[in-house]
Formats: sequence, structure tokens, C-alpha cells
Amino acid sequence: MLAKRIIPCLDIKNGQTVKGTNFINLREAGDPVELGQLYSGQGADELVYLDITASHEGRKTFTDLVKRIAACINIPFTVGGGIHELSDVERLLNAGADKVSVNSAAIRNPQLIDDIAQHFGSQVCVVAIDARQTEKGWKCYLNGGRVETEKDLFNWAHETNERGAGEILFTSMDHDGVKNGYANKALAILSDTLTIPVIASGGAGNKQHFKDAFTQGKADAALAASVFHFGEIPIPELKAYLHTEGINVRI
Amino acid sequence: MQKQKRNKRKSMNVAIIKYNAGNIFSIDYALRRLGIEPVITADKELIRKADKVIFPGVGEAKNTMEYLQEHQLDRLITDLKQPVLGICLGMQLMCRHSEEGDVPCLGIFDVDVKRFQPVRHEDKVPHMGWNTIQCTDKLLFNGFEQEEFVYFVHSYYVPLNDFTAARTDYILPFSAALHKDNFYATQFHPEKSGKTGERILQNFLNIAY
Repeated sequence: MLAKRIIPCLDIKNGQTVKGTNFINLREAGDPVELGQLYSGQGADELVYLDITASHEGRKTFTDLVKRIAACINIPFTVGGGIHELSDVERLLNAGADKVSVNSAAIRNPQLIDDIAQHFGSQVCVVAIDARQTEKGWKCYLNGGRVETEKDLFNWAHETNERGAGEILFTSMDHDGVKNGYANKALAILSDTLTIPVIASGGAGNKQHFKDAFTQGKADAALAASVFHFGEIPIPELKAYLHTEGINVRI
Repeated sequence: MQKQKRNKRKSMNVAIIKYNAGNIFSIDYALRRLGIEPVITADKELIRKADKVIFPGVGEAKNTMEYLQEHQLDRLITDLKQPVLGICLGMQLMCRHSEEGDVPCLGIFDVDVKRFQPVRHEDKVPHMGWNTIQCTDKLLFNGFEQEEFVYFVHSYYVPLNDFTAARTDYILPFSAALHKDNFYATQFHPEKSGKTGERILQNFLNIAY
């Protein structure tokens, strides 16, 4: 049976791991390659590395980092951040990344999803969506959550699915960093309506939150950052817990 | 003893067939982690002379078959006598025909590649992630327990057949690995399957030639 995946996410700035709370206030948390090796050794199923450096120089640093990660890590990893066009995707895949995650660029230019899927296959194309519940429903945000758009979460997710996205990485900005659990209702709707896997992101604070994301949220994978980086939830302990709770995980 | 072993490994020539496929670097890196220095090449002599040949693959069947034919790599692969390991699309191309682009393939394994047809909503395609395999082949899966997790990413599958060396279950039971004579193939990615994948690659490297 296909296992539910546990995915640590590492935010990278200037070659170092950082993690924010509600997308602001970054704290440093170690060397990205070492941390990745630690997680893969502990049983992480995949890794996500997000480049939050915007500068051209930073992008070069990140590409070099991707090469180092690919040389050292024996599980799949996704990279994202600063991907604007097909050439960025090619550069990162050539550096050894297994998948790329596109966010703002896909909202600005949805054709990018079709192009990635056609050139490299759907399986490399993760569409990341940052959304927040507003009076008008769930709305998508751009630029790491700084700019609200008119796009409805569910419509946009459906469109990306149709265009050839391989997976949706859904971050609830309302839940991110708050540690009160994932946005399970929205997750369940996504999971019930899309034909591609859904990765839950934002809100993990304890082990049960992961279980809830899989059972109530029907997510295929759950992503978290700080609970792993600061050792609050060791991955082996999390997986053992999920296993005893009847969730199919790789142990 | 340790040193001798390392020297022997270094002297093993492993060729990774270079073609218009995505991400062949990860198999290169994976072999390097095992102490091998493979060559990524489309040079026919280098491939023919190699001790072991890896036929990787991430891509689309029809385009890739056309590329292989244009570069006369199709005949080269089927004529190889040393242990050959096809991975993912590589394995599918070693079969008779693929539904992906409706294209005749290399025909090493006498079986046709099919597209997954979801039965329930949960049956998402591609089949992506960690799934268990049950192995029957004693060479590639030497020392394996009953069930182990490996990493899959694919939308097409090879049905169970006489050459099935490991099976897995997603939507339906299908071939996770194939073996016939000197040809080995895995649908999953050993280079991305953690420690389990490393053991499979090591087993492949250990196969006598």
C-alpha cells in the first residue's frame, strides 16, 4: 500500500536553513545538507528546499546547494523559490532536483504549469499554493503571502490539476506557524476534488496533527518545518505513533 | 582487505547510458555514494565494454524510443551481454510495446506497458511515493525481507508476467522489477529509495559477469 509521506521543509536563505512564524521573523536552523541527511536517516520520505533569497547572487548559491544536496541525499527532494520560467526549472533539475515547486510564477503565468509538464513530465511539477480564509472564501496569495489575489483556492487548485501539475502543496497561511493543526476541512475538499496528490502544509504542532491531516484532511503527505528543526517532534517517534494509529507509513 | 575491495570497486566500469532523459544525475550520484565512478555516455564502445550498464529514465516513451533509434542505441542495448539495469522508463522501454505514445519498444521483456486506469478516487496517477515490494529474484534482492519500501513515480506500469522479479500493488498488482538473463529492471527508483535502494544497487554491482 502506498505510504503517507512525511516531508520536512527547509527554508533556505543565503545557503542556510531558516524558518519563520507566519511568514515573518526568521530564525536560523542549521546547514541544509546536514539537516537533510539527518532527516533522511531518520526516515523522512522526501525533503523540500525553498529558496527565499530573491537576489541573482542568491540564486547561484542555491543552485550550488542543490548540487550538494543531490550528491548527498538518497531520497527525493523538491526545490522551490525564485522559479519564474522554464529555464529556471531546467537549471534546478540539471543540478539534481527531483521536483520543482512553483507558486507566484504559476499564478502570474499559468501556462508555466503546462510547459513544465510537457517538457519534464507532470511528476516534477509541484504547484505550491499559499491561501488564507477571507470573507470571500479561501483566497490565494502571492510573494510568500504578501499579496492577495482574486484567485479562489479550490478553483485554482482544480485549474493547476487540469494543466498538468503533479502535486499540490497547500499551505494555509492562517494555520502556518500557529501549531494548532492543519487546515483539514480545506484539505479534504482538495483531496476529494483533485486527481493528484495533496501535500498538507502549515500548522503542525504535535503528532496528532499529522494523523488528523491524513484522516480528516485526507492528505497524501504532510509537510512541516519548525517542529522538526527544533527537535520538538523527532521523525522516528512521529512515524511510530502514526503506525500504531493505523496510518500506513514507511518505517 | 578493505582497501582491496575499494580498489576493485573503483576499477569496475559502470556506464550510464546518456540520452534525452531527465535527471540521470541522481543515479550517477547514488553510484558515487557506493564508491563507484560511473561514466555517463552515449559512446557505443564505452557502453559495450562496460562491466555494468545502467539504462536510466525519466521522460516520455515515444520521444525516447525515437531518440534511441536515431542514435542506434536501440540495437546496442538489446545486444548487451553484461548485466544491464533499466530504471523506471528504462524498464518500460525494455518491454515490447508502450501505451505511452503507442510505440514499439526494445522487446527484451515480452510484455506490454499499460497506463494506470484509476478505479476509485483515491487511485491517483501518477503512482508517486513509497510503496512496498515483494521480491522473488534472489540476485537483485539478495538479503531482502518479505516487504520493503521503495520510491515510485510513474503513470504507466508493466503487468505481472514470467519475468516479474518483484511485485507491488497499486490499483492492481504489477511488476516492480523484471529479470531475464543479463537484463534487470526496476520500475521504482533505487537511487532515491534510501538505504533499501542502496542495497539493490549494491546487489546489482555484485552480480557476476
